[in-house]
Amino acid sequence: MALLELQGVDTYYGRVQALHQVSMTIDEGEIVTLIGSNGAGKTTTLRTISGLTHPAKGHVRLRGKEISWLPPDRIVTLGIGHAPEGRRIFHRMTVRDNLFLGAYSRNDGPAIHADQERVFELFPRLRERRQQIGGTLSGGEQQMLAIGRAMMSRPKLLLLDEPSLGLAPILVDTIFQVIRDINKQGTTILLIEQNAAKALQVANRGYVLETGRVVKEGTAKALLESPDVQRAYLGI
Amino acid sequence: MSRPSPRSDLAMRWAMGTFKDRNRTIYTLLIIGVLLWPSIADVTTGGSGNHLVSTAADAGVYVLLAIGLNVVVGFAGLLDLGYAAFFAIGAYTYGLLASGQLSGSPLHHEFHLPFWVLILVAMFVAAAFGAILGAPTLRLRGDYLAIVTLGFGEIVPRVFRFLGAGSPIGNWTGGVNGISAIDPPHLPAFISGPWFGTPIQVVSPFDFSDSNWAPMDYYWLIILLVAICIVLVTNLYNSRLGRAWMAVREDEVAAAASGINTVAIKLLAFSIGASFAGFAGCFYGAKLSLVSSENFEFIVSVSILIMVVLGGMGNIPGVIVGALTIYIVQFFVLTNLPDYAVAFSNLVGLGFLNQSGPGWVGLHDEVQRLNYIVFGLILVVVMLIRPQGLFPSRIREQELEKGTAEEAVFDVREASD
Repeated sequence: MALLELQGVDTYYGRVQALHQVSMTIDEGEIVTLIGSNGAGKTTTLRTISGLTHPAKGHVRLRGKEISWLPPDRIVTLGIGHAPEGRRIFHRMTVRDNLFLGAYSRNDGPAIHADQERVFELFPRLRERRQQIGGTLSGGEQQMLAIGRAMMSRPKLLLLDEPSLGLAPILVDTIFQVIRDINKQGTTILLIEQNAAKALQVANRGYVLETGRVVKEGTAKALLESPDVQRAYLGI
Repeated sequence: MSRPSPRSDLAMRWAMGTFKDRNRTIYTLLIIGVLLWPSIADVTTGGSGNHLVSTAADAGVYVLLAIGLNVVVGFAGLLDLGYAAFFAIGAYTYGLLASGQLSGSPLHHEFHLPFWVLILVAMFVAAAFGAILGAPTLRLRGDYLAIVTLGFGEIVPRVFRFLGAGSPIGNWTGGVNGISAIDPPHLPAFISGPWFGTPIQVVSPFDFSDSNWAPMDYYWLIILLVAICIVLVTNLYNSRLGRAWMAVREDEVAAAASGINTVAIKLLAFSIGASFAGFAGCFYGAKLSLVSSENFEFIVSVSILIMVVLGGMGNIPGVIVGALTIYIVQFFVLTNLPDYAVAFSNLVGLGFLNQSGPGWVGLHDEVQRLNYIVFGLILVVVMLIRPQGLFPSRIREQELEKGTAEEAVFDVREASD
């Protein structure tokens, strides 16, 4: 059974339809990427999965269980972590408080500390800055914190919305390395990226979205070699 | 070498802390002030300090209210302009269930439940109404929420006024006259300590409104209530719930994505905040022995909000200082300002201003007319000098510091690349 399955999902913002009949599956252990231009519906897809927006039609199933009408906090407890668009860390709180809030859905004290250690191992910079206020971090550090915070709920599936946006090239490489590491440790990842070439290099499979519809899907390798994708998203 | 006993060690650490921790300094000064106040009142008035002690007990009610509103506004970031409604609900709960009022109602039965039970009942009733107000407003935020709470604050006193004699469902609340002759709190026995100016003795039964003890007993009762609430609210602030409130205040989407049930969290903020007002209302009704809908008008909600904002939103000691400051300004400074002005003009040789004449009512009356303008000016000046409040929370302070430092650091880094 697929870890996550979207079937014929329509999502609206008011009257504007953002997703049309979106269907996709994500299997355990994969890295799947969504590529597409601005406004293609990538972020909406993630928001629909994590319950921040609810679909008007269609199904979202986590291991076969319908989750499309659950509130976001329930979905977090079921094992979907979301690092939302634009990082959205808590600017006035320390790095540690941000991480602990990520573990809000859990009650297992010692394990939370262990997971905090794990986040610090993935991002040593955060350990150095653990007492610092979130708003004073650099863009890259804030992104690390956003990913770390999402990891604190021990997700089976991690949703990452443009983790490399606005970062220096060297930091982009670091972030992608960490995405690989997190995946190797057993977390399935659904990744949105502007940087399609980079994303397809780390991903197993990908979906191409255009104006709210899935127009292409396939293995990362196939998409990298597809002339349409190359022309539209890889600038080749 | 003799080791200090654990107790004195504790006292030592507390005292040492005073120099390090601003909040602890405030608490220490407040405790000293509270302990000395009855004596100060007696000394400064030559033995008739009861009035000042009673006023301090009334100020304590506002401290309770400010602490409660701080939960809603300061912690959870929900702007509530109708907080006095919960105060009214608490006061009326006590008034109705601890007086002869309901004998004239369709129930034809009067209740005289003890204060100590009703203070909890009032708390729960107010909390329930907090949830009732909260539930439909959860989708609103900012200005819209403020308007709905404003409406609630207007409705509640009017409902109480309307349910008097001649209302279609009978006389429940006494209407414009309010509820009078409300029972004072009782205790089966009480040790009247040296602070009542009498030798230590056991008084049984103990009646709070007995002129031998009042208002001193009310003073200590409100101090006790405030102390309990400070402990409760400080624990709340440091709890998981407190952190969740902060998260919701900062970024609701991020909070939801982190697994916080934002709906439940906001409802809890409303009801817990309201329960403090219920608490305060119960004491208020008992001490005044009278509840009237006029005492819960919009101006009360605004005053409490000013106390919270001016004191330093989110920071409990700051809010307490804010409440006391505004109370003193409103009930001492402003009421005495005309007399001060007259004395001052006499002192500097402008005594002729005190005489009224054509087109001039005299300095005393003129200042009295300008009372609220002066109040407004004080608020404007304070907020200009300290926009973050008198004693803001650490988080807000760091945020302000960050605002100036961030860009400079960034520039240096860019240039060195």
